[in-house]
Amino acid sequence: MSLRIVVCVKYVPDASGDRAFTEDLTTDRESVDGLLSELDEYAVEQALQIAGSTDGAEVTVVTVGPEDAEDAVRKALQMGADKGVHVEDDDLHGTDALGTSLVLAAAIEKTGYDLVVCGMASTDGVMGVLPALLAERLRVPQVTLLSEVAVADGAVTGRRDGDAASEQLSASLPAVVSVTDQSGEARYPSFKGIMAAKKKPVETWDLDDLDIEADTVGLTGAWSAVEDATARPPRTAGEIVTDEGEGGKQLAGYLAEHKFI
Amino acid sequence: MAEVLVLVDHVDGSVRKPTLELLTLARRIGDPVAVHLGPGADEAASVLAEYGATRVLVADAPEFADYLVVPKVDAVEAAVAAVSPAAVLVPSSSDGKEIAARLALRLESGLITDAVDLTAGDEGPVATQSVFAAGFTTRSRITRGTPVITVKPNSTSPEAAPAAGAVEQLEVAFGELATGTTVVSRTPRASTGRPELTEAAIVVSGGRGVNGAENFALIEALADSLGAAVGASRAAVDAGWYPHASQVGQTGKTVSPQLYVAAGISGAIQHRAGMQTSKTIVAVNKDSEAPIFELVDFGVVGDLFTVVPALTDEVKNRKG
Ligand SMILES: Cc1cc2nc3c(=O)[nH]c(=O)nc-3n(C[C@H](O)[C@H](O)[C@H](O)COP(=O)(O)OP(=O)(O)OC[C@H]3O[C@@H](n4cnc5c(N)ncnc54)[C@H](O)[C@@H]3O)c2cc1C
Ligand SMILES: Cc1cc2nc3c(=O)[nH]c(=O)nc-3n(C[C@H](O)[C@H](O)[C@H](O)COP(=O)(O)OP(=O)(O)OC[C@H]3O[C@@H](n4cnc5c(N)ncnc54)[C@H](O)[C@@H]3O)c2cc1C
Repeated sequence: MSLRIVVCVKYVPDASGDRAFTEDLTTDRESVDGLLSELDEYAVEQALQIAGSTDGAEVTVVTVGPEDAEDAVRKALQMGADKGVHVEDDDLHGTDALGTSLVLAAAIEKTGYDLVVCGMASTDGVMGVLPALLAERLRVPQVTLLSEVAVADGAVTGRRDGDAASEQLSASLPAVVSVTDQSGEARYPSFKGIMAAKKKPVETWDLDDLDIEADTVGLTGAWSAVEDATARPPRTAGEIVTDEGEGGKQLAGYLAEHKFI
Repeated sequence: MAEVLVLVDHVDGSVRKPTLELLTLARRIGDPVAVHLGPGADEAASVLAEYGATRVLVADAPEFADYLVVPKVDAVEAAVAAVSPAAVLVPSSSDGKEIAARLALRLESGLITDAVDLTAGDEGPVATQSVFAAGFTTRSRITRGTPVITVKPNSTSPEAAPAAGAVEQLEVAFGELATGTTVVSRTPRASTGRPELTEAAIVVSGGRGVNGAENFALIEALADSLGAAVGASRAAVDAGWYPHASQVGQTGKTVSPQLYVAAGISGAIQHRAGMQTSKTIVAVNKDSEAPIFELVDFGVVGDLFTVVPALTDEVKNRKG
């Protein structure tokens, strides 16, 4: 059996940096260092585990993003993915979730797939909608937000821990899955992996390669618009006391004063 | 007046609080029309009417429970076709966001997720979002199609505004994608007997400082004295001390209570992402340099094993 796995990874600004917006109200991707979205490491990990237990499996990493986004692809290749695709085009600047799904779906189709693996959400937009959008566009089942996932006999199964219940899901391939940070620790690239990644192929595609019109994506093609963005005022410094036996009582006093008791 | 669709989140007809908040917000834009999918529509309809639903569109079919998400997308799509609403509001649950996304794509409409407020605007509803771990507040608008917006719990307080709530049957034809993903089995989450984490007015959370599953009894005792929900940091969850369903933060729940109590939690950015919009924040931490103290309205530098039980006793005393 062969199994073509496509992992979708996003290159995001580091959450520990001072993330901000640029003048056109898009995410500032220049002044803060970027990296492979930590939650997508779980997707790479599960893809590699599934590939490891399937004969003839091949893992392709796909990202849509600016020039530096290739770093995210490289990291996934270092972890063990076989090859990469980087969709990059100046006209993609400011693309909304629906536009991103159009581009990503086209790249996945061009790559060829039996299984698409995504993270649960990016760490910048955090919408958690791309996997569902991809399933809708590709017209295949969505098996999303899995804390446990397995592929066997042309089907994918997994556990989705929802708000009200935990569900056991099953669908036949091809399918789109997303995995949570409960699915299992992601591996670190080994020295051997880092060396091997240097020789792994990464293709770069632009919108023409995917037959996508420039005006359907980017800021102009977006179906939503940010009107303004305001930095949250820092919380005004509160009162800090050191416990010398009365800390609990002092805190209770504060809570009572503010009518919580 | 224009109508606004509200997708009802319920458990067998018992309507969850975020839906009442959505009905309240919807009234700022138009007349709320509720869409109730699955069993219990009769029980739900009276509550929905009390909170302003002029109509309640109902559909029940085994598909809603037997297959993931897509049957509900088919149903809401049918409701949009029947009503031609000015906007569609969906609760920001994991199911809700996925339903909203697929619906927006089908309608060729823009999508906004995780709104924390909503107002009427000249060019359609304006949604407020809290982004970058609550570091920024943005206001956005949908520029194409029927706005599809998901709204977070605790975005407003539900206000009753009795309306007719006329129950009408919604005809739904399921498409070929509807049965793609089978729900083989479903285990309802065991009730803790405490308020729902995302809906609670007070949340008491414990972190790595709690140092063991058995010690969470201290956190629970404080929570119970205050009538609060219990939360946990990822460090505490990863250590196996408390269930993942209680995790607060970027990859757990976002909470926005009146009062958030953090005990033995350092205040990492990913934790802050889930609690920074709480109205009042207090913390107990033995390290005076812990970043959580940058957020607090009141902080106690001290050992939680003495401060938390003392606080619990004092709360009980004061409540008599
Ligand atoms: C603060 C902020 C708020 C935003 N709000 C909105 C909004 O309300 N409406 C809207 O339409 N757009 C919005 N956007 C734009 C949107 O985030 C991007 O278009 C993005 O590409 C898709 O959403 P996401 O990052 O939230 O991805 P998610 O849906 O959270 O991503 C889930 C998974 O999809 C995959 N994935 C996501 N993006 C890529 C990519 N570029 N390449 C490869 N794989 C990927 C990854 O596996 C990821 O784990 C917002 C962006 C930001 C930064
Ligand atoms: C992609 C990603 C997503 C994440 N998502 C989340 C998330 O959703 N939620 C989340 O919480 N984290 C999340 N994290 C993890 C986050 O970065 C932190 O590691 C985590 O929040 C730390 O938990 P903590 O504060 O309990 O532990 P620590 O950072 O170890 O802090 C423990 C604190 O307890 C104090 N303490 C110890 N003993 C005592 C005592 N006896 N009395 C009083 N104080 C004491 C210490 O001084 C310290 O400040 C995520 C990380 C990543 C990379």
